[in-house]
Amino acid sequence: MYLSSGCQQPVYMAQALFHTHIFQQLQEELLLLQGLRAPLDAELQDTGLGIINQSFPHHAFPVGAVHELMSSCPEDAAATTGFIAGILGTLMRSRSCLWVSRHRNIFPPALSIFGITPDQVLFVEAPDPKMALWAIEEGLKCETLAAVVGEVQELGFTASRRLQLAVEKSRVTGFIHHRTGRVAGNLACVSRWRIKPVASAPPEGLPGVGFPCWNVELCKIRNGRPGTWKVQWTPQGFYVLPEKKIRQEVIIKKAG
Amino acid sequence: MHRYLSIWFPALLADRALRLRPELKDTPFIIAIPQRGRLMVKAASLPAIKKGIVQGMVVADAKALLPELKLFHYKPGAEEKLLTRLAEWCLRFTPVVAVDLPDGILLDISGCPHLWGGEQSYLDNILRKLKASGFQTGSGIADTVGGAWAIARFESAHSIVAPGQQDAALRSLPPAALRLELPVLERLQKLGFSHIGSFINLPATVLRRRFGPELLTRIGQALGHLPEVPEPLQPAAVFREQLHCTEPVHTRVAIDIALETLLQRLCDRLQRAGRGLRSAVFKIDLVDGGVQQIFIGTNRPVRNAVHLLKLFEPKITMIAPGMGIEVFTLEAPAVEALSGRQEAIWSTLGGGDTGTELAGLLDRIAGRMGDTAIKRYLPAEHYWPERSVTPGGLFEKAETSWRSDRPRPVYLLPRPEPVTVAAPVPDYPPMLFRYRGKVHNIAKADGPERIEQEWWLEQNQVRDYYVVEDAEGARYWLFRSGHYGAEKPQWFLHGFFA
Repeated sequence: MYLSSGCQQPVYMAQALFHTHIFQQLQEELLLLQGLRAPLDAELQDTGLGIINQSFPHHAFPVGAVHELMSSCPEDAAATTGFIAGILGTLMRSRSCLWVSRHRNIFPPALSIFGITPDQVLFVEAPDPKMALWAIEEGLKCETLAAVVGEVQELGFTASRRLQLAVEKSRVTGFIHHRTGRVAGNLACVSRWRIKPVASAPPEGLPGVGFPCWNVELCKIRNGRPGTWKVQWTPQGFYVLPEKKIRQEVIIKKAG
Repeated sequence: MHRYLSIWFPALLADRALRLRPELKDTPFIIAIPQRGRLMVKAASLPAIKKGIVQGMVVADAKALLPELKLFHYKPGAEEKLLTRLAEWCLRFTPVVAVDLPDGILLDISGCPHLWGGEQSYLDNILRKLKASGFQTGSGIADTVGGAWAIARFESAHSIVAPGQQDAALRSLPPAALRLELPVLERLQKLGFSHIGSFINLPATVLRRRFGPELLTRIGQALGHLPEVPEPLQPAAVFREQLHCTEPVHTRVAIDIALETLLQRLCDRLQRAGRGLRSAVFKIDLVDGGVQQIFIGTNRPVRNAVHLLKLFEPKITMIAPGMGIEVFTLEAPAVEALSGRQEAIWSTLGGGDTGTELAGLLDRIAGRMGDTAIKRYLPAEHYWPERSVTPGGLFEKAETSWRSDRPRPVYLLPRPEPVTVAAPVPDYPPMLFRYRGKVHNIAKADGPERIEQEWWLEQNQVRDYYVVEDAEGARYWLFRSGHYGAEKPQWFLHGFFA
């Protein structure tokens, strides 16, 4: 109601400001309830994901959360491992990480390319899936660790919820790598990724294989925007390739 | 000063037979052993002894004397087996127990009886339990092994000899109480020495000339002039703590409290000794004579009671208290020095803090999956990819640095898989390869990187490695085994690049 002009205006301004403040607070609270705490200043570290960071809540890679990654063949699994290793490199710094799997096929020396000191990684070979899950959960509860990588075949909702609850307290980051690629139902994980290798792009005119290059698909992210990017791993870290205009494919159909 | 308890089982074999067949209580029976072609009586039951059957009789004579006599055959080694079991049972009373063949056990009870309220009640406690199990016993406590042995077998009234009094206690006993050989005993008897007091004060030279050196040794051992150390059943652990219950307990709470108390005591002792334990055994002695134990191991020396309790926790459920628990024992069979250097490595792994939490996690994983489940890899000075890493201990520091100058795949196949390729030009990467039924057209390739077998380890073909990328963008590590030449070279897939 505009009873008179001028003098009422500041009151409305203050109200509007107050409302945005309440909105922000409520949003914070919601995020917290959904397992996403605002990152502490100490945790704010740039994982080098560049533009992808814009897709995350708080515009930073969610640490202290469980991420789910899917792969269905060894080629995709290798690409996924490369991507995880890239993020791990910044997360670990001088801390160690637990890598749980049924059969280890990671070649530790390769991890040094991604900025990880391979002897800081503790590999656990679990005799059965249940033990593997147990070890992942125990690892996620251990505050000393920077991260836990778990390679699993199956993960139920309840199990994923347990993992998410574990990290909410300990602030350890979890990466659950589904090797079967079967899309399970909804999981309590914060994000779901799918990484596939794509043709590398060596500098113009040079022969040979270039830097590792992946098609990174962020299928789901809680309170964020999913998207797809082409990411390269360079000695300096991640490099998100600028989006090219998608060329309209000309399909020539042969007649007859 | 030491105190020894000797327990004598005068009718060990007969007692054993009665324990196995309680219905034979009033039946005269003997245990027979073949000797020099005849069956001899090795042991006889009380009713049989009353009828005049004694050890060493020919069985035929005994049968003639008592036609209804039952006969059992002696199993060789039966006494030793039984005595060992009894000695193991006695471990709840003292850590040092020895089997004293053929019919006794020996306990080093130094420093133990006060836990039971003095030597008399300690002894009563043991004897009462043995009697309840059906064993007749003789017992003696003295400062020396020989003294205890003699009192147990030859003195019925006073079975405890006060410290320093065995000289007086032994004087009235017959010479056989000195554990002597039969010829020596016979000679002593012939000369009219009916009790030890009658010759113990004779000059040593005289005794040696007449009876040989053995008599002097035995006298010396009995009086404590000569040392005698019994050979214990199991070496006593240095780090061992015990808790005795005044009443048998069987609740989980009681077990937890006992374990906590013992862990705290043990850790305090380890702290004073500057050591940490690598393994620990928690033993439970039950009222009915059963023994149960749970075991833990750690991957580094530990003296943190909370950490150790966490390791024991999942195993406590394995304890079945049954009728009740009498004694709790905690032993650390393996201890190691806990130095500052080890802690330093842990702090690098654990990122700043001392790594206690991480160590706890790893111990829990190792406890459930075994020690081999956790691996940490260190670089090794080898070219062959399979040998370029070595599983390192949790405390080892890498001696060489990790190399990252050469491309290495994130996934390395444990065994290279053969692939068929089409490679037209020698020393060129292949144009395509077929792996698991799928044809991969190669779009880009790097290589070759020649990796030679280390000739001092094995004589094998050289490998030419190529990093290849197929038309779909997937990257592989292929190698050709052997040179182009007389034989057709073999191609393998060895890994996947990220």
